[in-house]
Amino acid sequence: MTAGAAGLLIPGVPLLLGLLGLLLPAGDREGHEPRRLAAALGVAGAGTSLVVTLLLLLTAKHPIEFSEHWVTVGSIEVTIGFATGMAALYVALAVAVVALFVQIYSVAYLHDDPRYAPYAAQISLFTGAMLLVVTSGDLIGVLVGWEVMGACSYLLIGHDRRLPEAPAAATKAFLVTRVGDIGFLLGVAVLITQAGTSRIGPVLAHDYSAGTLTAALLLILAGVAGKSAQFPLHTWLPDAMAGPTPISALIHAATMVAAGVYVVFRLYPLFDRTPAATAVLGVLAAITILLGALAATAQDDMKRVLAWSTVSQIGYMTGALAVGSPAAALFHLLTHAAFKALLFLAAGAVIHAVGTNYLSRMGGLREHLPVTFWSFVVGLGALAGVPPLAGFWSKENVLAAAAHATEGGGPAPVWVAWLVWLAALFAVGITAWYATRLLLYAFFGVSRAHGPAGPDWEIGFDEARYTQPATPHDPPGLMRWPIMLLAVPAVLLGLAAYAPGFRTALELENPHLGVAVALPMLLLAAGAGTAWWLWAAVPGVDPATALGGARHLFATGFHLDKVQDRLVVRPAVALARLVTATDERVVDAAVEGTGTTTTHVGGALAAAHRFALPAAALLVFTGALVLTVVAVGAAT
Amino acid sequence: MTNRDYLVHGPTWLQVVLIAVLAVPAAGAAMVALLPSRADRPARLVATGVAAVTLVLTLLLTAAGIGDRGWFEYGPDDARPALPWVSVDAPWVPALHIDFHIGVDGISYPLVVLTALLTLLCCAYTVWKVPEGGPGRTLAGLLLLLEVGILGTFLALDLVLFFLFFEVVLLPMYAVIAGWGGAGRRRAAQKFVLYTLVGSVLLLLGVLTVVAAAGTGDIVALTGGEGLTRNTQYIAFALFAVAFAVKAPLWPLHSWLPDAHTQAPTVGSVILAGVLLKMGTYGLIRIGVGVTPRGAAWAASVLGVLAVAAILAGALICLRQTELKRLIAYSSVGHMGFVLLGIATLTTTGIEAALLGNVAHGLITGLLFFLAGAIKDRTHTGDLAHLGGLREAAPTLSGLLAFAAIASLGLPGLAGFWGEAFAVVAAVQRGGPAWTTLAVLAAIGGALTAAYFLRLLRTVTHGPATPTVSAISPAIAGPEWFAWAPLVVLVLAVGLIPALVLTATSLPVFSLSEAVR
Repeated sequence: MTAGAAGLLIPGVPLLLGLLGLLLPAGDREGHEPRRLAAALGVAGAGTSLVVTLLLLLTAKHPIEFSEHWVTVGSIEVTIGFATGMAALYVALAVAVVALFVQIYSVAYLHDDPRYAPYAAQISLFTGAMLLVVTSGDLIGVLVGWEVMGACSYLLIGHDRRLPEAPAAATKAFLVTRVGDIGFLLGVAVLITQAGTSRIGPVLAHDYSAGTLTAALLLILAGVAGKSAQFPLHTWLPDAMAGPTPISALIHAATMVAAGVYVVFRLYPLFDRTPAATAVLGVLAAITILLGALAATAQDDMKRVLAWSTVSQIGYMTGALAVGSPAAALFHLLTHAAFKALLFLAAGAVIHAVGTNYLSRMGGLREHLPVTFWSFVVGLGALAGVPPLAGFWSKENVLAAAAHATEGGGPAPVWVAWLVWLAALFAVGITAWYATRLLLYAFFGVSRAHGPAGPDWEIGFDEARYTQPATPHDPPGLMRWPIMLLAVPAVLLGLAAYAPGFRTALELENPHLGVAVALPMLLLAAGAGTAWWLWAAVPGVDPATALGGARHLFATGFHLDKVQDRLVVRPAVALARLVTATDERVVDAAVEGTGTTTTHVGGALAAAHRFALPAAALLVFTGALVLTVVAVGAAT
Repeated sequence: MTNRDYLVHGPTWLQVVLIAVLAVPAAGAAMVALLPSRADRPARLVATGVAAVTLVLTLLLTAAGIGDRGWFEYGPDDARPALPWVSVDAPWVPALHIDFHIGVDGISYPLVVLTALLTLLCCAYTVWKVPEGGPGRTLAGLLLLLEVGILGTFLALDLVLFFLFFEVVLLPMYAVIAGWGGAGRRRAAQKFVLYTLVGSVLLLLGVLTVVAAAGTGDIVALTGGEGLTRNTQYIAFALFAVAFAVKAPLWPLHSWLPDAHTQAPTVGSVILAGVLLKMGTYGLIRIGVGVTPRGAAWAASVLGVLAVAAILAGALICLRQTELKRLIAYSSVGHMGFVLLGIATLTTTGIEAALLGNVAHGLITGLLFFLAGAIKDRTHTGDLAHLGGLREAAPTLSGLLAFAAIASLGLPGLAGFWGEAFAVVAAVQRGGPAWTTLAVLAAIGGALTAAYFLRLLRTVTHGPATPTVSAISPAIAGPEWFAWAPLVVLVLAVGLIPALVLTATSLPVFSLSEAVR
């Protein structure tokens, strides 16, 4: 088997096992056979992808290409293709690793969930779809993976039956991304109809006119914004936290939300020569970085803090793409996948232990959950960019690229580079602030588990059905090991920038730590220091209270949900009402009206035929006379 | 057309098979009708057997498509149209230039198999469950009669014959709705039959216009618009377009459809949505674009605008529906809008997308109506306000509904994707501000489609089970699996291997789109 054909196994095996898994009946007892089988299928799917990716990574010396005819629709040939450079293989590796850990973690996390089997199968399908996006050599293949991921995300967010908000959150996630995908589909359509093929290689090489290319890339950016939760299509991500926590780790932190970044990376040769598209990308990135960071400062739900920080961190990646450094974007993608997956899995351990998502009900967890605590320290440190953890190096790369682009020479205009650089710099401080707040508020001080409002908080979330142990404790091994193993890349992955193989694969520049590091370090210290100082001044009180009036604004994500509701949802509903009314009262009424009118006319005519004989005879003769006159007239 | 020898093709045994495809269900219908009323169940079993034989016969026709490729030797440069794989031509009413000319090619073949398959599934379903209203054997017999009409329409290669088969379908469908339907069945059936009869009158006028002008009704000979002046083509296409638009149905000529679907029994809805609507789109491709290409080119933009209007209107109306079957019926309006958009582009990509969309819609909506029927049978209501939490009460049924809904909203990897995405691609391919706008609007319609299906799933499957739903049993009967499983498998198979539908279409579609230029 050639390397390319073997590469098809990477997305193929999890997809196939996922489909098989959907056929399993939902086992409802622990140790029940279908449950074990479902777990085995899930782990085998992610495991196979991981092994094949590793083998390719170790053996391949140059980019792998493989394509096979799939179908020809009219003049457009679609292929099933595998095309990856080394960078793509690293992304595939990250996806497979996180997916494998999440599958293992879920076995314990959902140990009493009767619908575990479809859940595991859907994760497998998702993993396959994400790997298809990463490895496909064909834009239609990317589109297939892209949408299947969206569908799996929808199904998994809505997994929990006890959560009243879960179905709405799932629907919102699918719909908002689908709105972006209008653009994605159209953009892909423009690219492939112009190039005459949907294979990515020829598409990248095709000579598009500037206007067409700008239009196509802007359309694709709409899809990217939807999938990667970039302003203004980010609103679904915080709500998506209604999904089970391992899902948040896999889909809504490490992989799917990074897919948009990856697609821009994949099509970067096109973006590189389109200043308008990179400018738009840069402006949206700058807004997203600050928006996400500020919103994260005021959340009470631990998962929502992490969700908003994901929004913000993906803004760093798109920002790096906008200022012309796809390598920095990809590096941050990889480190982010590691530390954010770690944070979410650790958050799952906290929720598992205390039975609530709310920071205001936590506190003092450090002594009871040492492993979880230290995982949080590592994860939050990496998120904030504390040296020498992974996030420090990748964030430094992004900042350096942006600073470099302010001198001109990037694909986007210089002012965009300034915007991205300033936003990224300020966000370092804000990120340090909310990371410190999260750590202090959840793990230090005294427990607030039994708050003034009593124990009503146990109702609601999935996690709440775990019986509350007398004292919170670290999770069982199946959950603990993935967390501890993920801490390794969260610490060390940044140093990989010094490993030549990894560096050349990503086309990263040599790491250089100059005076430029001082500014972000200063902001980092300021942010963390302020949060610490607020906490130390009044221990046990949420440092977010210091935000004052802005707190509510930040907590609601700048009311953008309401804006979206007013600008999109309500007009669409009003339009639907109008069209339905028109359909019933005009279109169908016209048809019904024609029917009744015909019946009435028929009735009138029938009545007209019931004349008395003399009148009828008179009419017949009159008719004959008229006809004769007409005939004579016509003849002469 | 003095020398028509070249029109008759295929080995004799295949010609026999071709005739048998029509003769077997016709004979089966007669046989079922003649069986005594006490043999109700045996009669339904006989009908199922006949439908199975018919399906096997249609599958045998594949041999013609795969085997000898000799008929494909006409290259793109050849002026002759692509010829059918196998055909039978016998003089019927020579004085009126009417021949019994039937044949099958890559365009009609997928629809022929789809028809045979859905009829078999419906007959088998009828063995298990007869809707209230009349004897089951009559229903099964009517299904076979419907099959004859629909297969005849797809196989006919003579305009007059096409018209006759087109009409044969009307009365059995009327009887199925009026006999076994819901509470408002009579009115819905009358509306269906009167509305589509108006379309038929226009079709007859169009057929007569063409036959009178060209002196022949032979579709193969007429393909490419040979012997028809520009004005004749314009007039004939206008008549055809309206006639087929009623059948398809194209907004705003659709209003018979929701009533008919809501009232029809499950098997009636499945046949109606699965294949009957396809007679309209098939006719538009085979006759509208084939026989009057200049007319099609002339009216393409109008057709495109109406198609997009149908997509958007269908989706928006679906957002407001409160009845399960009515929602699915309106979703057909939107889906057929995508098919018509593909046709309206008149490009090879568009027409192939339309053919794929046709088959995909038949599979997916057939499945959706089966599932809607199963839900209504169990809960005795289709009112969305009374449905909810299906996944708590019947997880498998709920999972199947989710699968069908997600397929219907065009998820890539499932059948619905190809037709809709490539209709949009084809519109982009046409280029220019007008077609680009249509592509954008159609893509927005795709997102709205997702919106109403997700709303449906959220209402019906998620949340706590309503009292109506929690009372139902989660079990799914064997016959139900028999009817659903092939559709589920095919939805996935066509999604993964769209070439199943498209393999043999490229040449005939190429010749159609060449004629338009």
